[in-house]
Amino acid sequence: MHDQTMAQLALGLKRRDFSSVELTQHYLERIQRLDATYNSFITITEQQALQQAEEADRRLAQGDAPTLCGIPIAHKDLFCTDGVRTSCGSKMLDNFVPPYSATIVENLQAAGAVMLGKTNMDEFAMGSSNETSYYGPVKNPWAIDCVPGGSSGGSAAAVAAQLAAGATASDTGGSIRQPAALCGLTGLKPTYGRVSRWGMIAFASSLDQAGTLTRTAEDSALMLNAMASFDTLDSTCVDQPLEDYTANLNQPLKGLKIGVPKEYFSEGLHPETGAAVEAAIKVYEGLGASVQEISLPHSHLAVPAYYVIAPAECSANLSRFDGVRYGYRCETPKDLMDLYQRSRSEAFGDEVKRRILVGAYALSAGYYDAYYSKAQKVRRLIKQDFVDAFTQVDVIMGPTSPSPAFAFGAKTKDPVAMYLEDIYTIATNLAGLPGLSIPCGLVENKPVGLQLIGNYFAEGRLLNIAHQFQQTTDFHTRSAPGIE
Amino acid sequence: MEWETVIGLEVHVQLATKTKIFSGASTAYGAAPNTQACAIDLAMPGTLPVANEAAFRYAVMFGLAVHAEIGKRSVFERKNYFYPDLPKGYQTTQLAEPIVGPGYVDLELSEGRTKRVRIHHAHLEEDAGKSLHEDYHGMSGIDLNRAGTPLIEVVTEPDMRSAEEAVAFAKKLHNIATSLEICDGDMSQGSMRFDVNISVRPKGQETLGTRTETKNLNSFRFMEEAIALEVERQIDVLEDGGKIVQETRLYNGETKVARSMRTKEDSDDYRYFPCPDLLPVILDDQYINEVRQQMPELPEARRERFVADYGLTEYDATQLTAERAVADYFEATVKACGEAKLAANWIMADLSAYLNKEELSITQSKVTPIQLAGLITRLTDGTLSSKIAKQVFEAMTLGEGDADTIIEARGLKQVSDTGALEKLVDEVIANNTKQVDNYRSADEAKRPKMLGFFVGQIMKASKGQANPQAVNDILKKKLEG
Repeated sequence: MHDQTMAQLALGLKRRDFSSVELTQHYLERIQRLDATYNSFITITEQQALQQAEEADRRLAQGDAPTLCGIPIAHKDLFCTDGVRTSCGSKMLDNFVPPYSATIVENLQAAGAVMLGKTNMDEFAMGSSNETSYYGPVKNPWAIDCVPGGSSGGSAAAVAAQLAAGATASDTGGSIRQPAALCGLTGLKPTYGRVSRWGMIAFASSLDQAGTLTRTAEDSALMLNAMASFDTLDSTCVDQPLEDYTANLNQPLKGLKIGVPKEYFSEGLHPETGAAVEAAIKVYEGLGASVQEISLPHSHLAVPAYYVIAPAECSANLSRFDGVRYGYRCETPKDLMDLYQRSRSEAFGDEVKRRILVGAYALSAGYYDAYYSKAQKVRRLIKQDFVDAFTQVDVIMGPTSPSPAFAFGAKTKDPVAMYLEDIYTIATNLAGLPGLSIPCGLVENKPVGLQLIGNYFAEGRLLNIAHQFQQTTDFHTRSAPGIE
Repeated sequence: MEWETVIGLEVHVQLATKTKIFSGASTAYGAAPNTQACAIDLAMPGTLPVANEAAFRYAVMFGLAVHAEIGKRSVFERKNYFYPDLPKGYQTTQLAEPIVGPGYVDLELSEGRTKRVRIHHAHLEEDAGKSLHEDYHGMSGIDLNRAGTPLIEVVTEPDMRSAEEAVAFAKKLHNIATSLEICDGDMSQGSMRFDVNISVRPKGQETLGTRTETKNLNSFRFMEEAIALEVERQIDVLEDGGKIVQETRLYNGETKVARSMRTKEDSDDYRYFPCPDLLPVILDDQYINEVRQQMPELPEARRERFVADYGLTEYDATQLTAERAVADYFEATVKACGEAKLAANWIMADLSAYLNKEELSITQSKVTPIQLAGLITRLTDGTLSSKIAKQVFEAMTLGEGDADTIIEARGLKQVSDTGALEKLVDEVIANNTKQVDNYRSADEAKRPKMLGFFVGQIMKASKGQANPQAVNDILKKKLEG
């Protein structure tokens, strides 16, 4: 059962080939048996999962249950789950049990999806390798000595190891798409504002967006159908009509105009990764699409701008973790300053501290104009690059990450090398555009991702373009070697 | 050397919205600690703010009342600092693009002087919670009920030149905010708090002296005292050849002592930046006009109406509309007795004296408008003399009930009964034959003054209850008869 897509499982459940309880027990058993290897889960919610599965079976028996009803999924551990510990991969929130759920968690629950547990992640979603987690690194199911990518490394590894049919994830600078690429999955980051941020623990509020990690584009469409909603609890959520993202999956691509930014095939791109991406674009030509080179002239400024804006926002967002009301508090503080300093020093990891410091610096008097203001100007230029590009083309394609999964420790000593992991994904977040990564080949027996960037609220179109690729290729159906 | 005082104010006005500025929790005062703080107010992870429309409406009303430009685009920013009663570690406030732009307030001062004080801007922000340092034995308690209560912070230009002007401005602002019903005006509960920026300079000098800021004054009297004290301190320092240090000061209204809280050197860098969780708020002319239509009557309009509708003098109308609660009291009294001039006199004289003596606000008065109206009615219908009316009023202030109850219980009804009065007059005439003879032989011109003696005797004999007009008439008839 575990090698099936969500769409296939949904059919099986409808046909009563198996019950949701059976399916859920099957996944729970796999997690128990196999996850010691991958470390993809922080918390397993066995009891709740079985209760939800029983409820799903009742709904399935009544007929007209939603498509996702009874399908076991996992949530990245930054989505608040009522009554279930939500750690954000940090010692700071190791003891934190929220009394409310994220809107997307509620939406998926309402659609009948079963929560298996909470997945591992880089601490507060800061990292590109899942090595900053308080709960230890996650192993890439394709290469056990390599990272799964980050920050949604746990969600990616869980789906790639077939410990969950799909998973929620979040993407601030590439945290869905890069792990999708490194783990051979389909990863969707929707348009900023498409999916509610309520209950998603913030890293950088103007960039964070929840999305999906699944095996296929069709599964992404099914999950997005359930997750997307206009939410009055999130002021940045956009009141855009909901659509059925599966409706246009089968639309032919004849006449599709693909733009390939020359800046995305420059120095730093692993040659074989580049070759796999170019081959994938050729597949699209075979499907009737035309390809043209475009320019996104401010691409080289995306990483620097991002590493001002994201830390600046994070420096304020993480101030609430002060040891006063919830979360970690140091032992026997001698006064208020000691309480603040030791609680935060002891509970935050190095990468989180680095970004808080960088952000506070960039916002401080005398530096604000040179850093934060300048970065915001760059952000507008980057957005304009895309707006201009989408007057010429329907979709932008390129690599998701510069190289396949790398070994543990390879980049931890060099933060900048780690930051460059997201060189192709960050601009999308700065512009607020939807982005998607699909598997398009293997390099050194490790997956490579093709990135698709669409216009605002063009998730349906992106999923259609990805689905058509998956109808003619089999990269997405391949399992990591050694998966039982 | 002659010194000039320069004062600018920052006023925190708590808005009387039902719910908080970014959450649905109640803003009601006085609940048990932390019972009115929801997940958003506690800054739980993953929660997000949603701006309260009522707070914007109130801020726009305020802006229109002070003749200000309304910020059609206003932006919330984060002001970053750590404090236990600031749950997010930043205050959500406005800086570069506030909701209310430049405006002004006109003040009426003593001896008919007026003064225009310019408003620099007013911005919306959230209040912090409270730290409780008592009863926790070596620890502090945090009450977040107040966290997230909407405020407007009103910032003036340094236009005031004395404590009188500063207090007049504060009172005017209080009057405007309470008249608009955007603030309950209860200063004892912190609904309006004043930070006073004070500097002095030699008279005639253009440049401003170094200023200090005295924070969190929550009564007009404390404000007046604090200004006087600080001005004196600054002049002393300067005349001794010293320099004023830019600092934040605290004034203790109980001990009448001020102290330095922190100097500018250790002031924080707040690292303001636009709040990414809240979009810029765009207001159009239609919205602003709708708010304008819904605005309650402002003090100046009310003053004009008092002159036009009640025939009050400009002076009386100004006095009665200087405080919203007083104007309300006046109108409630007039509604119940129909006597505007008498109501005005009673409120400005006897009621005001009583409230001052007891240190009460008019809303705490034991004498209700209905009771005062009842007293006035008994005065106009001749039941009471004005002298007895004052006794009845005093009894009212002691909580003895309404006028009729007091008149009945104390037997204070005015005697107008001709038979009873004639008897009294006869007795007085019989007992004062010498004075009667003098009166009868006196010039016409001297008689009215002499009559006073007899009236006084009769009033004394009647314990003040005789109707003086009737006594006059009977006396004249009998003496001249």
